Amino acid sequence: MRFRAKIVDLACLNHFSRIINTIAKLAKTCILRLTVCKLYFILSDKVANGGASMWCELSQPSLSSSSRIVTHDIPVGVIPRRMWNDFREPSVPDFDVSIYLPVLKTMKSVVERMKNLSNFIVIEANLSGEMNLKIETDLVSVTTHFKDLGNPPWASEDGCQSSAQGRDLESMAEARIDIKKLQQLLAGQQVNPTKALCNIVHKRIVHFILLHEEVSLQYFIPAIA
Amino acid sequence: MPFSAQPPAGGERCALSASLDNARHLSSLLRAVHFQDHATCLATASGLRVTVEDAKCIQANAFIQAEIFQEFSVQEESVMFRISLSVLLDCLTIFGTSSLPGTSTALRMCYRGYGYPLMLFLEEGGVVTVCKINTQEPDELLDFDFCSTKVVNKIILQSEGLREAFAELDMTSEVLQITMSPDKPYFRLSTFGNAGSAHLDYPRDSDLMEAFHCNQTQTNRYKVSLLKPSTKALALSCKVSIRTDAQGFLSLQYMIRNEDGQICFVEYYCCPDENITEAELIMKDPKRGGGGDEEKHLKLHFYEMLC
Repeated sequence: MRFRAKIVDLACLNHFSRIINTIAKLAKTCILRLTVCKLYFILSDKVANGGASMWCELSQPSLSSSSRIVTHDIPVGVIPRRMWNDFREPSVPDFDVSIYLPVLKTMKSVVERMKNLSNFIVIEANLSGEMNLKIETDLVSVTTHFKDLGNPPWASEDGCQSSAQGRDLESMAEARIDIKKLQQLLAGQQVNPTKALCNIVHKRIVHFILLHEEVSLQYFIPAIA
Repeated sequence: MPFSAQPPAGGERCALSASLDNARHLSSLLRAVHFQDHATCLATASGLRVTVEDAKCIQANAFIQAEIFQEFSVQEESVMFRISLSVLLDCLTIFGTSSLPGTSTALRMCYRGYGYPLMLFLEEGGVVTVCKINTQEPDELLDFDFCSTKVVNKIILQSEGLREAFAELDMTSEVLQITMSPDKPYFRLSTFGNAGSAHLDYPRDSDLMEAFHCNQTQTNRYKVSLLKPSTKALALSCKVSIRTDAQGFLSLQYMIRNEDGQICFVEYYCCPDENITEAELIMKDPKRGGGGDEEKHLKLHFYEMLC
């Protein structure tokens, strides 16, 4: 036996279930990494094939203390130590724009409707707190404009400039992504996160970060030409 | 909340320009006729009429009169185009369909004329969505030629009396048979399904019966699959008028009260089923219509609903 844990407190159990439900909407299987103080759920599809990837971290205090005993044996495939490098925490990409997401409920409604109209959606945003969601087909084009969203302040490591610094505030960075992946991410958010933001690397990738009290979820959706 | 965004700049005039504080006043009515993807929109000074047809046998019209809108202006005598109703509904409900009390989506519509797309500007909570929907050549519409002088039988019922009956219509029956008569059974709905036949009678002195004007005994059959979509209109309505003419054509007119208590109408017209064995029924081909009488046609409908 290498690992054993017990969740007892009902609130913690519900919390854990909600997290699992959110992740289940994004992936059928994933990697579970266990350390002394954290739990990680990792999904990394081959980004080159247009697959999204996900990194979710839970700190241990959120799971603790007891009541009912239900035992499920879930088959796992243990990943040998030599492959652990494949599953490191992703680094924050050198983004062009970082922006807080709008109220998720509104974003969810809009994306759900847009999903009926198109397979792809363009997310664009600038450093003036403006974000647009756009779809365009032969039949219809729809653009939703969000304003005053705010741009998160990122402290640059070792003082070097990121692509975002010195950038024209009005200029939009954009990425065209699979709308279904975005809709899945939003559908999984049952509780409003404490912080929700996204980083856009122009025409390359969109990196979503959703922070709840004890959980952080990062989701990468690559851009499609 | 008044909508402040401006229509296209540069002084272009819109053939049709309208604004509505609550987009649901339009979207809920359009849903009541959404049984095909495409619809033909007709705008005149009286208001907007949206028509959906199927199989050359059934036609539904949703009327949103000019008074419902905060602003409504049509530059020419009438403006007509075909549009995807599914896309239009997705756009009108872009901010969702469930409503928080006190919140609504404000709408501004603009159509520059033949060949141009329909522009929608929707706003809720400071978020603005702009939609550009392509339009097509309008279809020729059926004209059921239903006017009050040709009506043989007419009843007006409170919708709650019919709702359950329509919601539970036996879909294994190919037809819905409607009998209207000055004598018993007065008003009867019948189906003939796998489990057997079912009859539902409404006596003329029933509380639900608001008006009863039947001159002649008529029994007509209509395809259930064609009439089933009218259930949506029935669900929204408070009253329904049921009329038939000498050829057995059916007119269902629904009176619908919106959230602000304003009244709008939806109507369904249906041809009797051709495979009828009753000898008396003569199938009439609906005339082609859609010419210059549109304005009069629209006004007439509003008048008839008030009788």
